[in-house]
Amino acid sequence: MGFFSIFKKKKKDNKALEKANKYRLGMEKTRNGLLNKLKGLFQSYDDITEELFDDLTDIFIMADIGVETTLDFIEELKEDERVEGIHTPEELHPIIVDKMFELYLKNEIVDTSLNLKEDDLSVLLFVGVNGVGKTTTIAKIAHRLIDEGKKVLLAAGDTFRAGAIDQLKVWGERLGIEVVTRPEGSDPSSVIFDAIKVAKEKKYDVLLCDTAGRLQNKTNLMKELEKMNKVIQKEVPDGPHETLLVIDATTGQNGLSQAEAFKEITNVTGVVLTKLDGTSKGGIVLAIRDRYNLPIKFIGLGEKMDDLEYFDLEDYIYGLFGEEDV
Amino acid sequence: MPFESLSERLGMALRRLTGRGRINENDIDEMMKEVRVSLLEADVNYRVVKAFIKDVKEKALGERVMKSLTPGDQVLKIVDEELKMLMGEEATPINMNPNGTTVILLAGLQGSGKTTHAGKLAAYLRKTYNVRPLLIAADIYRPAAVNQLVTLGKQLDVEVYEQGILKKPEVIVQEGLAYAKTKNCNLVIIDTAGRLSIDEALMQELVNIKSIAKPHEILLAVDAMTGQDAVNVAIQFNNALSVTGCILTKLDSDTRGGAALSIRYMTNIPIKFCGMGEKLDQIEVFHPDRMASRILGMGDVLTLIDKATENIDEADAMDMAERLQKGYFNYYDFLKQLKMIKRMGSLKGLLGLIPGMGKQLKNIDIDEKKFAYIEAIIGSMTVEERKNPDLISTSRSRKERISKGSGRSYQEVNALTSQFETMKKQMKSMMGMDETQMEKMAKGQYVPNMPQQKVKKGKGKNRGGFRF
Repeated sequence: MGFFSIFKKKKKDNKALEKANKYRLGMEKTRNGLLNKLKGLFQSYDDITEELFDDLTDIFIMADIGVETTLDFIEELKEDERVEGIHTPEELHPIIVDKMFELYLKNEIVDTSLNLKEDDLSVLLFVGVNGVGKTTTIAKIAHRLIDEGKKVLLAAGDTFRAGAIDQLKVWGERLGIEVVTRPEGSDPSSVIFDAIKVAKEKKYDVLLCDTAGRLQNKTNLMKELEKMNKVIQKEVPDGPHETLLVIDATTGQNGLSQAEAFKEITNVTGVVLTKLDGTSKGGIVLAIRDRYNLPIKFIGLGEKMDDLEYFDLEDYIYGLFGEEDV
Repeated sequence: MPFESLSERLGMALRRLTGRGRINENDIDEMMKEVRVSLLEADVNYRVVKAFIKDVKEKALGERVMKSLTPGDQVLKIVDEELKMLMGEEATPINMNPNGTTVILLAGLQGSGKTTHAGKLAAYLRKTYNVRPLLIAADIYRPAAVNQLVTLGKQLDVEVYEQGILKKPEVIVQEGLAYAKTKNCNLVIIDTAGRLSIDEALMQELVNIKSIAKPHEILLAVDAMTGQDAVNVAIQFNNALSVTGCILTKLDSDTRGGAALSIRYMTNIPIKFCGMGEKLDQIEVFHPDRMASRILGMGDVLTLIDKATENIDEADAMDMAERLQKGYFNYYDFLKQLKMIKRMGSLKGLLGLIPGMGKQLKNIDIDEKKFAYIEAIIGSMTVEERKNPDLISTSRSRKERISKGSGRSYQEVNALTSQFETMKKQMKSMMGMDETQMEKMAKGQYVPNMPQQKVKKGKGKNRGGFRF
């Protein structure tokens, strides 16, 4: 495990700096794209006009911030502009950033930390549609929790997709932790039941449960998820302590449908936004927060084991719209 | 999700305008706004939307709309026509090498469904073109990706060439191609690792594989749920590889799949296949003309008709129609029908294809197991009873016996027999329109959970307008 100790050391030295850097690197494309667009926009208008708002709408839409959320946002922005009585497009910039914060925070204190129990088993369930990166995310979160000194167990609850169990096993080996499995095709609830038993016996701190990717419009698969939930609740009455919905940053408007459907079936407590290292913006999470009140907990910024960060609103929004020298 | 169809949106916009004799340019603008939002909600790229709206508006400003009594419908028609034109009229076939080995390279972002579709494609092409496929596992990066392909190969009985994860993908591909020759495989499908379009090193690897394998098809797997970024992805992969076609995966989700339009519009890459489910036979040839109505949230009647013709044996259907006409319909026929419908896929999926139904269906829970229950009940009938349904409908003791035998309640048995009787009557009266009878019988009867009115609504809409 020498490989990881290098990272650990580096991290302890200047964790904060590295984190900021990671955001910057991961979101470089996003930021450059949007920033240039915003700048270009402000420069190309002398006045605050209806067309400027239309263009602004396009920029938001391009970031996959939901259509409805965008339209509401622009509408509010227009009202705001009248109140503050500004005249040049540049003056709009800080207001936009401000309003983004408002949109996300909604006068609440948004807690991005995981709800983990101090001296008892915490069960975390990961759900999402196919191919969003649930298994990889679990590995990354496990890595992070191990770093924080927790004793972590994995449950291979994706018994459907070919190779999914192996995939989690490989991660388990790399992380040097135990993975509870059953053969492909088993009832996923039984895997989770087994895992909870193991976790209790061996006094694990955290159990991370993988689940098969399921499209939110498949009723039977969603019911299966309901069953898993029940199994967890029966064994660990206050669990699952977190149900994290994993969403791919390239997802468009369908992300809203995903949030709605998964929220209905399980008590989703937060969102993990993955693959934010491409050209995609992941703006749909803002719409998800706006419409379904789900906070973003983690952001996956790359392919490496420690390319996962607690969501930092400031970094994210500045990453989207902020100054170049953030 | 407020995914109204464009027709509903236009209707709403028009209601705001009522009271005026004739519509003017401003009203058209108002309608164009609705078209715009509708397309954006379907994830069509905003640049495509802009260009598209401009075209449509020009056309809409013509006499046809302005003087029409139903301007909303006219605009809708123009939008639909334009979309269809952009998407292409017909399905683009796959390039198969007629005299030799066909090589297909699969590429795409992580999680877009490459490995699954490598398997699906192998099975589909084997069935359609009678070729002997070999899968090459060239994704050495994602943990267990090789295992995944090997497992799929076993399930499909397709050979997989794998060298673990220690050799370079280029080498694996080269060796795999040679291996295909020794095994007389004339279809080679190469599964590659998912990568970001901006990852230059990995893109180079794909370019290398391309020059080694000289594929006849380079297919890009694109998740149908992708948002605005779909265009960037397609453009970047296309720039590096000259992609020959797309596979639109996960189209069985409730996404409207505007990405398909964006890709077609911006890169002109044809979409050749679409993935319609997790099972390995759930891959279909992509029909671009049908995508238009889906993007507009208007259902897909053509696919429904296709499914019906594909899965219902004409001779069987004719035979049954004859029996019906003579009043011979019994539980054996009923069972046969049940099986025909089951072959067409999930009920919910089928109903979702009917225009106007998509949205309503979101909140309706259809118990697909109902089929199994009905089968169980019929299974507990004696041969005599199945042939002569009257025996049961008049006998309480028979019903009780069937209830015990099938493990379903007496009420359920009762419901089935009375349903059967009504159905028999209905069908007799329907015999005048025997072409659509299969479809009609499917509805109403087997889905007691479905509110009748809604079913009728869907039916009414598609009855007149489409050829059958």
